[in-house]
Amino acid sequence: MAGHYNYWMAIVLMMIGLYIVIAHGNLVKKLLGLSVFQVSVFMLYISLGKVRGGTAPIIEAAYTSYSHPLPHVLILTAIVVGVATTALGLALVVRIYEAYGTIDEDVARAAERKSDPR
Amino acid sequence: MSALTVASWALIACGAFFALTGAVGLMRLPDFYTRTHAAGITDSAGAGLMLLGLLLQAESFAVAIRLVLILLFLVFTSPTAAHALAQAALQDGLKPLLGRRR
Amino acid sequence: MTIFTAIDVVLFAILVACALGIARLRSLYAAAMLSGLFSLTCASIFVLQDAVDVAFTEAAVGAGMTTVLFIGALALTRSRERVTLPTRSYLALAVALAAGGALLYATADLPAFSAPDTPVQQHPVTERYLLTAQQEIAVPNAVTAVLASYRGYDTLGEVAVIFTAGVAVLMLLGKVRGTTERTPSAASGGLQRHHRVLRVVSKVLMPFILLFAFYVQFHGDYGPGGGFQAGVIFAAGIVLYALVFGLNTARQTLGLVALRLLLPLGLLIYAGVGVATLLLGGNFLDYNVLATDPVHGQHLGILLVEAGVGITVAAAMILLFYSFAGRGVSR
Repeated sequence: MAGHYNYWMAIVLMMIGLYIVIAHGNLVKKLLGLSVFQVSVFMLYISLGKVRGGTAPIIEAAYTSYSHPLPHVLILTAIVVGVATTALGLALVVRIYEAYGTIDEDVARAAERKSDPR
Repeated sequence: MSALTVASWALIACGAFFALTGAVGLMRLPDFYTRTHAAGITDSAGAGLMLLGLLLQAESFAVAIRLVLILLFLVFTSPTAAHALAQAALQDGLKPLLGRRR
Repeated sequence: MTIFTAIDVVLFAILVACALGIARLRSLYAAAMLSGLFSLTCASIFVLQDAVDVAFTEAAVGAGMTTVLFIGALALTRSRERVTLPTRSYLALAVALAAGGALLYATADLPAFSAPDTPVQQHPVTERYLLTAQQEIAVPNAVTAVLASYRGYDTLGEVAVIFTAGVAVLMLLGKVRGTTERTPSAASGGLQRHHRVLRVVSKVLMPFILLFAFYVQFHGDYGPGGGFQAGVIFAAGIVLYALVFGLNTARQTLGLVALRLLLPLGLLIYAGVGVATLLLGGNFLDYNVLATDPVHGQHLGILLVEAGVGITVAAAMILLFYSFAGRGVSR
């Protein structure tokens, strides 16, 4: 069971990130929590590929055991997609602020309901 | 244990000590400008000494030249960052704490 | 308890402290800084777990670009947060505990950390990626070989995602207002007399930063690196220039017209390589047909594809920064 502490730590961090996303009404804080969540998921994946006694997956004649390159590839893609999503989310937050004067979700929703009662 | 290894570990230990000093200073010093100084200590003395220690243990020329380049980059950017931080605070109007804190 | 475990536990403790700090802080600038620290510590954990390429990308993207984007967004909006309602906190805590409990129960089925006989390591694709790749592709960095060649479709999709994000942010924030419309703000005017040291050092370091970006781009076959990291480092150099010398000077150096051309160019290069391989008789993105010798064809294909990735990522990141910085401070 002691061999699983990496996964537990990643899950604890994931849950802190999820809590931040749900609990806070501030949109920028939600995006920060989302990025915490994302990076913890990356840690979970990368820890699945590690081999004890292995080295980074750069093939050299002196080493025989390597960590698995596939999780690294998947997470490389995921990191860049994550920054794209965060940038788009922040652009939306800026536009919401310019439209309603607030970046708090509840205040913005109330203002929208008042201006557009449908 | 050759002399080179001993010297290398001594330098790394000194670097770690300076990093710790910087961290303690960041918590304990009274004023923003003194805390910037502490953070600069971590960046320049701490990291610099550790890099010098690692340089003594480098296996090949390729690794050694990379460490030297990192050290050069750190020598350039770390004091500049500390200066920019202090300058920005002074521009914003934060006054340094002169004399005894009341 | 080995040294590895001790370092791991300490780093995770730092991460938990950072995450709790982000949750509790009401000052959003401080929370953004903590998220940059979170990303950098995660990059250290990635190095510890032998994922050097991923650590490189996480440090460049997470601790660099994301922090800049958050601060840019905060400069355009508010930077303090309202107090959270208690009912919402309890609901969030309940959801987090339930989901966390379910996940923790599920990890009992996972193999032990870093065991050499897990299903991930035993799968035949591992031998394909690590051993056979050296005869088929002959690129020492297995991650680059897998990313650019074996799983090239995924990377094509990812470049398309970056392109889409750049286009979408341009559409949302694209009216880059210069100093002709508003009073000269610090963002467009740059730092003036008081910041001589910063200006001199930035000017001295800029060529080395850009050169390092090119080095990372072309050295990605032999060490950690590749198109993504190179694009982000290049963008970071331009962002430094724009922060120190002003957005207008940066836009004169590398203008919107050039960036709007470069943004789709990388994606077109990538897809163009695929179409070229189709026209030469192979499958889509089958680099073997690009040259007479299949290994040379693979090398050529990986070079072109990584160049496309680097171009689009750099253009997209710079455009993101220009869009946020050029929107004008509305306070």
